[in-house]
Formats: sequence, C-alpha cells, structure tokens
Amino acid sequence: MPGFTRGFTGRARRADPRLPPGQYDVGTDFPVLTAEVTPRVRTETWTMTVDGLVERPSTWSWDEIHALPASEYRGDIHCVTTWSKLDTSFGGVSLDVLLDAAGPLPSATHVLATSTTGYTTNLPLEDVTGGKAWIVWTHDGHPLPVQHGGPVRLLVPHLYFWKSAKWITRVTLLDHDQQGFWERNGYHDHGDPWKQERYSGD
Amino acid sequence: MTEPAGHPVPGPAALFDPGAPDLPTAPIGGWRTAIVHSVRHPTPRSVAIRLDVPDRVDHWPGQHYVVRLTAEDGYTASRSYSVASAPADPQLELYVERLEDGEVSSFLADELRPGDPLEIRGPIGGWFVWTGGRPATAVGGGSGVVPFVSMLRHAVDLDRTDLLSLVVAARTLADLPYADELRAAGARIVLSREDRPDRPAGRLSAADLAGVPVAGARCLVCGSAGFAETASRLLVDAGADPAQVRVERFGPSGGPAPLF
Repeated sequence: MPGFTRGFTGRARRADPRLPPGQYDVGTDFPVLTAEVTPRVRTETWTMTVDGLVERPSTWSWDEIHALPASEYRGDIHCVTTWSKLDTSFGGVSLDVLLDAAGPLPSATHVLATSTTGYTTNLPLEDVTGGKAWIVWTHDGHPLPVQHGGPVRLLVPHLYFWKSAKWITRVTLLDHDQQGFWERNGYHDHGDPWKQERYSGD
Repeated sequence: MTEPAGHPVPGPAALFDPGAPDLPTAPIGGWRTAIVHSVRHPTPRSVAIRLDVPDRVDHWPGQHYVVRLTAEDGYTASRSYSVASAPADPQLELYVERLEDGEVSSFLADELRPGDPLEIRGPIGGWFVWTGGRPATAVGGGSGVVPFVSMLRHAVDLDRTDLLSLVVAARTLADLPYADELRAAGARIVLSREDRPDRPAGRLSAADLAGVPVAGARCLVCGSAGFAETASRLLVDAGADPAQVRVERFGPSGGPAPLF
C-alpha cells in the first residue's frame, strides 16, 4: 500500500471534531440516495407497528403517534458515501416511547426496521434505546420531504444514515441479528461512523 | 461471477423479503493497490481511468469501487465510482466526472498519470446489478450511464445485447459519456439542449420511453437525484412495477429541476 498519493494535498483541513474519519461537511446540501422508486405514503393509511419479541405488539396511526410526547434531535448525520451534515434538527417521537409501550421481551437483542417499500435495515436493540433513535416527521422545522423519507422515517443519527430507514412502518424485535437490505448487499451490520464500519468485514 | 445461468434472477421483492431463501450474493473485494495503466479525457470534464488490479475480484456489471487518496500528512478522501468495464476485461475501467471543487475527481482528472499507484476497494454493492440473466431496461442520465456501459460491454461479451434496452440522456452529445459506443449499440439518445435528427432538444419524457420493455424486465435507473426521480416515475407510469425498478442516485440534491 502506498504511503501517500503523489500530488494529492486535499482540501484545507478544518479540525472539526464533529466530523468522523473519512467524512466531509456537505454544508447546506442534503443529498438523496435511495435504491427504490420514491413511494407516495398517505398519512391517512400509514401506520407504525412495533412487533416481534414484545409483550404487546402495538400499532399507531398518524394521529396517534403525533399525540405521543414530542422529541427532537439536534446534531449531525453521517452518510456512508462520506458526506456528513452538521447541525441538523429532526422532530418526532423517541423510539423509546414506542418500545416502552410494546414492552420488549428479555430475549430481544436486535431489531429489523421495515419501510413501506420493503426496504429493511438491522440494528442492535441497544442502539435504538436510551435516547438514540426517533421516528421523525419534521426536518429543520418543516414537514419531512418525501425524498428524505417523508412523511416519516426512522432516525438513528449515531450510525451511518442508511440505518435511518426512510418511510418507516415497522420495527420488529428479534433474538438474533437479521441482515437488512444494504447489509445483505455488502454493507456493515452495525455502521458506526466513528469506527468507519462501512462495508462487511470492516 | 454470474447469477447462475438458467436460474431465475430474484427480483427486488425477493431481495426485500427477510424470509427469502439464500440468494446468489454479489462479489465483494477488499483494498487493493492498483496501477494506473492509462488516463483518457473523453471530455474536458471527465476522465476514464484504466487500472491493473492485482488479485482482482471480478465485479458484476453495475457495481462500484471506492477510490481513496492519502495526503502526506495522512489525510484521506474517498469517493465511489461506477465501473465502466466488463467483468471479462483484464483491466478495470472507472469513469469519473470532474466536479467543480471536487476534491477527489479533480485530482483524478488533473493529476493522475500512468504508472501511479491508486488505492481502490471493490467491487461493492449487490443491488444495482445486471449479469445477463434476464431482460433489462436501463435509463441513465449524464455519468449515470456508466454502469450501463459495463452492462452493455458484458452483454456484448455474452452475445446477448438483445436483452438490454438502453435510454441515455445528457445535455448534448458531447456531454454523453461513451456516446459513440452507446449510439452504436442502438441506445435511445435523449438530449436536453441539442436537436437530434429524430428528436428535438428536450428533457426526458414519456415519449422517450414508449415501447421499452417494462413487464418482466428489470428496470434500472441511474443519475442525479432529480433525473432518477423523473425517470423512475416515467417507468412506473409506463407500466413498470415499482418493486421491479432499481434506482441509483448520486451527487448533490441539486436544484428544483433535473438537469436533463
């Protein structure tokens, strides 16, 4: 492996402690990366379900989930394609509220999040509990645009952003790790940007 | 490297289905130090790089590679680029559009020389692929045509170009990557700023997709976010099952309207 690339100096370094290794600040842009046709999700019929290894499989309508205690995330997000977006805000409800209502069984160790499109992604339960994950429907104070997962998406900002499933409709608790869409297509099961867990084997 | 011949290639519904049985998995390769064989500038804003890759893992057409540059102080920058070459090509060809202020693309376009080592990782990605197992309709915009060039070259190698229907878009013919090759293969060419003998200048529209196979075909769309949104909607409007449309978007979120 070469020590360095001849002639490459790179951008001016900005020692921003918020940027994980290998990431750059995308600024005000918000790139769109999805693998499927953008769905038209109707809030009248959309539901959010928590099922699997829980005491009480539970489903919320659009109105019911909005009646839950509001919660906001303020901070940064990181895409595996190396852009990071700093100082964002998303509003919705903490996933803790939904999980507490459903009552995870002691055997539950992982979750599989599913979108209306059939997209899936897997996460350890401990990565979506304790104030680390949200179901969100606003971005910077405005309704979440459809290309960014609107009307409603999962938000797990401490992991690469493919874990934050757009058009979320279901979280299923499991007693094992079951790979989701990108994870079966070469991407990492966990996806911690600070450890650069980008691809399988990292 | 193939999805086995005669074996029906699973559609996205199967891939999306967590209960689906084990499916053929796309190849994945680790880091390699490639050697630059040649550097060509098809247009002032692009570079096609051919690489000799030791211990290469052959890709499926549509997969991509990561290129990593390292400065003397250890600073690194990595970006992903689609493969333009066919799996049977002894070399790996990457096509890179030179972006304004593109930290990696401007280096690759302006500085890279034959003989240089280049750190690459791949192939990566198992979704946006086509290996010749079934008919496919591909709609690409700008450098979004690059994965389809790999597919076309693979189809030529298999002598099955009949399986591939290509619709490619750019502002002008001079802006279209691999324009000669695509034109020779019979691709429909959509130019937003240049008249063609059979088509006045204009953005991709439903008429451009009239008659392309959608039923039973894998539909593939690649381009900027705006282009991909338009093209995938047009395919669905033309009768494609949304679950059969695979999309690869790239680049910035862009303005209110697609470029092509």
